[in-house]
Amino acid sequence: MSGIGDKLRKVLDESVYQSVIWRSVFRHGFPDTDRNRTLVVLSNLFLHLHPAKLKGHAVRMRYTWCMGGLSFFMFLILTISGVFLMFYYRPTPEYAYADIIDLREGIPLGAFMRNIHRWGAHAMVIIVWLHMLRVFMTGSYKAPREFNWGVGVILLVLTLLLSFTGYLLPWDQLAIWAITVGTNMARATPFLGHEGPGASLIGYDDFAVVHPKSDVRFMLLGGSIVGPPALLRFYVLHCVFLPLVAGFLMAVHFWRIRKDGFSAPL
Amino acid sequence: MSHPVHPGPESLQPFFNGIDALCQPQIIFGGSIAALIGGLVFRRYLVKPAVAIGITVATLAFVGLSCLNGQFLSQAQKPDNVPIWILLAMTGFVLWVSFYQAVRNDDRIRQGLRTEEHEAAEEKLHVWPYLLYIEGIVAAFAMLVLFVWSVGIEAPLEQFANIAKTPNPSKAPWYFLGLQEMLVYYDPWMAGVVLPSMIISGLVVIPYCDPNPKGVGYYTFEQRKLAITTFLFGFVALWVVMIFVGTFLRGPNWNFYGLYEEWNPHKLEQLNNVNLSEFFWQNFMGESLPKQWFAREWPGFAVILIYFTAVPMVCAGLFRKLYKSLGFVRYNILIVHALFMMALPIKMLLRWSFNLKYIVYIPEYFFNI
Ligand code: HEM
Repeated sequence: MSGIGDKLRKVLDESVYQSVIWRSVFRHGFPDTDRNRTLVVLSNLFLHLHPAKLKGHAVRMRYTWCMGGLSFFMFLILTISGVFLMFYYRPTPEYAYADIIDLREGIPLGAFMRNIHRWGAHAMVIIVWLHMLRVFMTGSYKAPREFNWGVGVILLVLTLLLSFTGYLLPWDQLAIWAITVGTNMARATPFLGHEGPGASLIGYDDFAVVHPKSDVRFMLLGGSIVGPPALLRFYVLHCVFLPLVAGFLMAVHFWRIRKDGFSAPL
Repeated sequence: MSHPVHPGPESLQPFFNGIDALCQPQIIFGGSIAALIGGLVFRRYLVKPAVAIGITVATLAFVGLSCLNGQFLSQAQKPDNVPIWILLAMTGFVLWVSFYQAVRNDDRIRQGLRTEEHEAAEEKLHVWPYLLYIEGIVAAFAMLVLFVWSVGIEAPLEQFANIAKTPNPSKAPWYFLGLQEMLVYYDPWMAGVVLPSMIISGLVVIPYCDPNPKGVGYYTFEQRKLAITTFLFGFVALWVVMIFVGTFLRGPNWNFYGLYEEWNPHKLEQLNNVNLSEFFWQNFMGESLPKQWFAREWPGFAVILIYFTAVPMVCAGLFRKLYKSLGFVRYNILIVHALFMMALPIKMLLRWSFNLKYIVYIPEYFFNI
């Protein structure tokens, strides 16, 4: 066995690792020395999100539960499966539902991709909550990481909003009613919703400024019911706006983890 | 919908009926708070692996037996409810992991030793391979779970959207069921707008309102009792439990149902709730309700004013050290958020014990609290 392994290693060494192409991609030798292990991490765009070295406690799963990393991993899986779904899905009531049926029945791997996207989204919500729980339980929100905790809270809200806006897209009974229940609350926003406290104070006598066709729910839905404009709005929020903001904030989040230093006992 | 569900074996009926009788909001919420506090007090026993395994086996047996009941099974195996099971199981597990380490560290601290994290942190490890291989395995495992989940369970798709056909119950997505449950106790402007905003801002201000420098980078309970208890009260009792209730115990018309009780849309719930102003003017003063809204509702305003002024003052006295180290402004930010958090359980208690509907009731301005 080891004979074959050694031979293979020798062949790789001579014809692959020494080749011009390999060496143009990887600027360091095989990571079996301290120097090369450091270089692997530092010279790779993706790996260099990590520092080259970490204190022992931070590496253990029992400390981080890997929940932050998994949140990011879920985000990546959702992005990839989401792009796949976008090839087949059109955000208008006449097509949306039919396109989902098509995905389920007609398109190779369509049902599977939809399932990955759906269950991955649920999983991400849970994972982000538990990540927050671990950050809390290890006191990692305390100085100097207060700001990054705040960035995390916004990421949590964005995760929920991403999930929520995606819920409408299949345009089935579950979708439209979950969103109706959810957005009905916006009617009652103080001052900004037409059934909210204070809304009737804005305006003169009979002239109401905040009414069902001008309040924040109308803005959210592009109408006074969950209809075609709402579908388009939620689609744009779900596929473009919210992922961009979340991606941007994740960059900030990761940058700050490095700058603030990973939490460690003093 | 209308065909009866299978109630399960005859011999289990007394058990099912007994549990159903316990399925009341008071008992469920009160019980979870008691369980949380009990869990914190008896953490030393609960973190013992044997005890934890025992509880896990008992829970699994309970769920297994419950699945013999048609109503429970139909809810339990709904594809969109699978995340709830995962949430419950994982929350339980990671809490156990935290407290397992916290108890060990607290013991070490008491003996004058350093925590396990302190010792592990002495050594510096290369990210390649020590962290990357863990990340690789965890990512592969997560992918595997997601694959199995996606092959095994089809994402649901119901009938084409129809705004004219209201399903009963109509539920928000599961992660917002805590908010929907709050609608039982507060009007939408509170449950759907003010309280969620307070949850978000409350989370953001946590680091600025926790003056305790201890407990960074290691698990501990004893050095951070107040902070951890408060956070878990919010996260477990007021969020995770509410999601469980919203999923399994709220049926048609958002009525409260037993775990095994068939969801009968014609179930009537007695609703004879009264407002504070009615209590005050009619029952207490023996007069009729004043017409003008402020004359009518001032007792409610007074109660709220006292809640937001007297309680902070009393607490400042009780938690003197906290008040001193935070200063006036940050202390007030903290206490206002705490009071908003407690507003939910307090309203629940008032509802259950006095059938109280609103503390302040001004329908003229949609201003009901
Ligand atoms: C989309 C959501 C999120 C992603 C992708 C994410 C990702 C990560 C990652 C990869 C880490 C590295 C350490 C670890 O794995 O635990 C981390 C650390 C951290 N996260 Fe997040 N996170 C998210 C949401 C949150 C939330 C909701 C909070 C808190 C409310 C938060 C607060 C923090 C803090 C304070 C740290 C530094 C921890 C330390 O130094 O120990 N993050 N995050």
